[in-house]
Amino acid sequence: MLRFIVRRSLQALLALFVLSVLLFAWLRSLPGGVVSALLGERGTPENAAALRSALGLDDPLYVQYWRFLQRALRGDFGVSNGVFRGEPALDVFFQRLPATVELSIFAMILALTLAIPLGYVAARRRGGPLDTGSVVFSLVGVAVPVFFLAYVLKYVFAVQLGWLPPSGRQTVGINATHITNMYVLDGILTREWDAAWDAFKHLLLPALALASIPFAIIFRITRAAVIDVMEEDYVRTARAKGLTPRVIRVRHIMRNALIPVVTVVGLQIGALLAGAVLTEKVFAFQGIGQALAIGFERRDYPVLQVLIMMAALIYILVNLLVDIAYAVIDPRVRTK
Amino acid sequence: MTAQPITSPRPAADGAGEALLSVRDLTVTFGRGRKAFRAVDGVDFDVYPGQTVGLVGESGCGKSVTSLAIMGLLPGRGNTVGGRVTFAGEDLLSMPADQLRDRRGRDVAMIFQDPLSSLNPVVPLGVQVAEVIERHKGRNRSDAQQEAAAMLKKVGIPDPDRRLKEYPHQLSGGMRQRALIAMALACEPRLLIADEPTTALDVTIQAQILALLKELVSESGTALIMITHDLGVVAGLCDEVNVLYAGRIVERAQRHDLFATPRHPYTGGLLASIPRLHEERGRRLTPVPGSVSDNIPWEQGCAFAPRCANAVDVCRQQTPTLVPDRDAVGDDRLLRCHNPLTANPVDDTPTVEEDAR
Ligand SMILES: Nc1ncnc2c1ncn2[C@@H]1O[C@H](COP(=O)(O)OP(=O)(O)OP(=O)(O)O)[C@@H](O)[C@H]1O
Ligand SMILES: [Mg+2]
Repeated sequence: MLRFIVRRSLQALLALFVLSVLLFAWLRSLPGGVVSALLGERGTPENAAALRSALGLDDPLYVQYWRFLQRALRGDFGVSNGVFRGEPALDVFFQRLPATVELSIFAMILALTLAIPLGYVAARRRGGPLDTGSVVFSLVGVAVPVFFLAYVLKYVFAVQLGWLPPSGRQTVGINATHITNMYVLDGILTREWDAAWDAFKHLLLPALALASIPFAIIFRITRAAVIDVMEEDYVRTARAKGLTPRVIRVRHIMRNALIPVVTVVGLQIGALLAGAVLTEKVFAFQGIGQALAIGFERRDYPVLQVLIMMAALIYILVNLLVDIAYAVIDPRVRTK
Repeated sequence: MTAQPITSPRPAADGAGEALLSVRDLTVTFGRGRKAFRAVDGVDFDVYPGQTVGLVGESGCGKSVTSLAIMGLLPGRGNTVGGRVTFAGEDLLSMPADQLRDRRGRDVAMIFQDPLSSLNPVVPLGVQVAEVIERHKGRNRSDAQQEAAAMLKKVGIPDPDRRLKEYPHQLSGGMRQRALIAMALACEPRLLIADEPTTALDVTIQAQILALLKELVSESGTALIMITHDLGVVAGLCDEVNVLYAGRIVERAQRHDLFATPRHPYTGGLLASIPRLHEERGRRLTPVPGSVSDNIPWEQGCAFAPRCANAVDVCRQQTPTLVPDRDAVGDDRLLRCHNPLTANPVDDTPTVEEDAR
């Protein structure tokens, strides 16, 4: 098990390195570039050239990369030159991380708690109205673009009905203590129930929009896995032993059916990060996704660089955790 | 051939007591309307306490479907089950699901053909054996684990305490089948149904597993329904043999009588296809010619007629019925054939039984 973790971590490091090279080259090949972004309207060829050499942009790309890498290893990713002007890029990431983590975890919990039971029930009543209905519903779930769904939810529940706030993470001016900067969790920890409820209402719509794709995919995988597992010989053996339906469901069907689900959940983390960019933008939810969108508009390379690298790191770490979880549920992986 | 009276060894309870399991007119139909297909077609047989009954026939003749119907384990959808299955005086087919669950694993247990796929790959062996003990004997987890270890030991699994923590993929095929036997016998059932328990194993292991089953069953007085396509398996184990063809019983006899004078040409074919030790080299086994796809429907005659060397005109015109066969050796024989065999196609009958032991 330990060797497995070490090997996977080394693979992860290598992947991060390759990604950083590609990212570095790609960002610097974008049209416009940092100089025109910094100078804006005032740019003359002369001060552009001066700025280029001051920033070291005339050096060959590998020299620039080497410089970047040396600083990055010391935790210095440069300073934002966009809306967060003057702030270290890494700080932008850490300030915004809790919001996105809270949003993603909540969206994933929503997706899992709805999709797994529904997938099981649909599989047991295969071909029935509930099954057909939820299959169609899940097809719609994957087909509708996340940002479109986000707009629709916002329009219906925030703008038209006014049930939920249309944007932000917390009502401006509310009195709330922050510990983790995950506002719902903070509200619960400090027993400021009003603040927690307020943050929860802000979280609900973006989380629903973000949960749509993982929900649809997890539902379909669960349903397919349960249908497969129910026909397995070992389920027949369990029934032949006269076990209660609960034991058969939990120990013999779900334990096996969840193996593909775990893999898919891992893969969905990437989709969740991508979806967070769009959802956070629509709901002006101040997380990493929103910062990434702003960074792009402003060509804020230091911020973009750090956000993308860290997103990749999170993605890789989560996948490592998923692999470990996989080994825990499936002894055939563990004892190989 | 002059019929010499052979006293067949009948189980003690037979005749005197009441049947433990009695199957009457069991019919299983898959699909409906024009596509309906009868996998089991009016099967009758009895199993007395402690008796071992064989259900023999080639692939697709309805052996598994019969046993699953008895256990109430058919998929449920897309099939209809008719007839009566009485176990210890109660009708299993009309019994409510929860009562049936109380019987399964405790009074009637089953072991299956493929030991790997029949075990849950992600649950430790110990839990899989212990859960049936917890369920039916009301033991707590740790007591059940201890009983499970004792049970594994009994079926010949060495170092049971270690094995309890292992997973099915860590065991050999023979060990897995032993583990399944341990699960099935853990609650001392009165009836065990073994559906081709050795088919997936190699020959030496097959013999060990059969010997183990025989020993455990006779020691505990458990009745056994042995399902197989191999008459060689029957030879060492069964008291009574039912030969199944295309969903119907075509011949029933005590094991000795059947081996001495097979009457149905299909039985004769099965007998001729048992491998024998004292065989001259190079002589090929003679399987029954043709395949199930040649069958004609039972409604039009004898389903086996197209493959039968003994077939006469009447076989394709009139459906044979299962009737007492008084022309052959032995009592209580039943036969469904218009033109039965009169001579044994295999001359070295006694060695068949010895080899299989
Ligand atoms: N779920 C099912 N749906 C439709 N037909 C089925 C189903 N299960 C079995 N059958 C059919 O019923 C017939 C009898 O099948 P069964 O499994 O009882 O054969 P068997 O005698 O056990 O053969 P084998 O030696 O291969 O195990 C076969 O023709 C099979 O195709
Ligand atoms: Mg079968």
